[in-house]
Amino acid sequence: MNPFPRVPIVVDDRPISAEAGTTVAAALVNAGVSAFRTSLGGSPRGPLCGMGICHECRVTIDGIPHRRSCVIEVAEGMRIETRG
Amino acid sequence: MAEALAADVAVVGGGPAGIAAAAVAAEAGKRVLLLEENARPGGQIWRHRAGSIPPKARRWIERLARSGAVRVAGAAVHSISGAFVLSGEAAGAPITVSARTLVLATGARERFLPFPGWTLPNVIGIGGAQALLKSGVSFSQRRVVVAGSGPLILPVAASLARGGARVVVAAEQAPRGAVIRFALGLWRHPELVAHAAGYRRSFFRTPYRFGTWALEARGRDRLEEVVLTDGDETWTERGDLLCTGFGLVPSTELARLAGCRIDGEDVGVDERQETSVEGLFCAGEACGIGGVEKALAEGQVAGCAAAGRTPRRSRIADARRGRRHAGAIARAFRLREELRSLPRPDTIVCRCEDVLTAAFSGAGSGREAKLVTRAGMGPCQGRVCGPALRYLFGWESDTVRVPISPVSIGTLAAIDAGAPRKEDE
Repeated sequence: MNPFPRVPIVVDDRPISAEAGTTVAAALVNAGVSAFRTSLGGSPRGPLCGMGICHECRVTIDGIPHRRSCVIEVAEGMRIETRG
Repeated sequence: MAEALAADVAVVGGGPAGIAAAAVAAEAGKRVLLLEENARPGGQIWRHRAGSIPPKARRWIERLARSGAVRVAGAAVHSISGAFVLSGEAAGAPITVSARTLVLATGARERFLPFPGWTLPNVIGIGGAQALLKSGVSFSQRRVVVAGSGPLILPVAASLARGGARVVVAAEQAPRGAVIRFALGLWRHPELVAHAAGYRRSFFRTPYRFGTWALEARGRDRLEEVVLTDGDETWTERGDLLCTGFGLVPSTELARLAGCRIDGEDVGVDERQETSVEGLFCAGEACGIGGVEKALAEGQVAGCAAAGRTPRRSRIADARRGRRHAGAIARAFRLREELRSLPRPDTIVCRCEDVLTAAFSGAGSGREAKLVTRAGMGPCQGRVCGPALRYLFGWESDTVRVPISPVSIGTLAAIDAGAPRKEDE
């Protein structure tokens, strides 16, 4: 049994659900996303440190760019955009 | 205007060392503020989701709550001045904290070394994988290669396996002899031996290879395979997740900003955990990578000393035992020479600014490299490439500058308000 309720979020215009209490990074990985952003040189990047140090997992959340997805918890109705 | 808080003792960092320091200082009757970056107490080692707090962490977190120490969650400290004024932000708003004594329990982060393909998605930290697992990621059914160094490989490979991942190999770069000597020295820490055995049981079908490291990660848009070597043979493992990392690096930005002496990579402390700056104490991984028991012992000593009391002898002895363990970790998992030659000219070293290895040829120092290449000038401020450059080229880290992490304009203005201005507008 899973003790965590699920909340609806939107990832790149795709409605999905994520476990409440997980981070945005966790929700994205669990939704099969591996490329979170595009680097200056144009290559895809995903999470590295998982603890807010490296900034590789940054995404746009509710219109605000460069949010570190590994330190922000999901909230109902959150809109997340990758590949920024 | 920044919200101004005052305390007898301010503690920065909400992991085991910070929690222990804050609880002990508050129990001694002092007004204590504990500033921590995360929403929940516990730091990285006790990272947890709501309602799933580990038992040992629970004991300390409950003790902290009873102690009367005031916890400021979601706080980032950006600068430190005088004896002692901290500025930063909490919940997005600027704050300043003044305190008579200060305990820095800023912890550590993972050391990454560049190799071809290490920037591909699904190449993540070993500690990074643990952090993601604790924050709700499932790696179930993934084919995982673990290749790096340090005691963290065991618990992380175990967590991955218990979570349904298929760990195909756990590769430790340190030679077998060094790791065996380390294991034999663990008789002083029977609890660690029990943990290690339990972890190993969780992935007993997976080879745990010593003297083995990753040469290259390959894939188009994400990881597909990993090239491994033991120095004699070289082979390829298919995988859709590579966990890599080479031990931990103490987080010393605030200590360096305050002018504390640094020994090697660690904040230098005496038996009472006091740094070279009077009234400024340090505890836990920031003054040497030694794990949670060392952090708890040092935190208690630091909290006691910061409150103006004399720490108990037995506690100081515990801290000393923790430091010996830290020394044993450093010796056993020393990084091999071969890792220095992994990056090729076109391998990215600074991931923020996409600076290639070739760009560093000719630079004579970290500072020069930074000016010429922009390495370390991106959002992570050299936290990833700094230790790598130190290892690859022997360069010392550049001086620390305020703010020590990315900050909102409003907070920057509040920090700046205290500083003299060139001209008034």
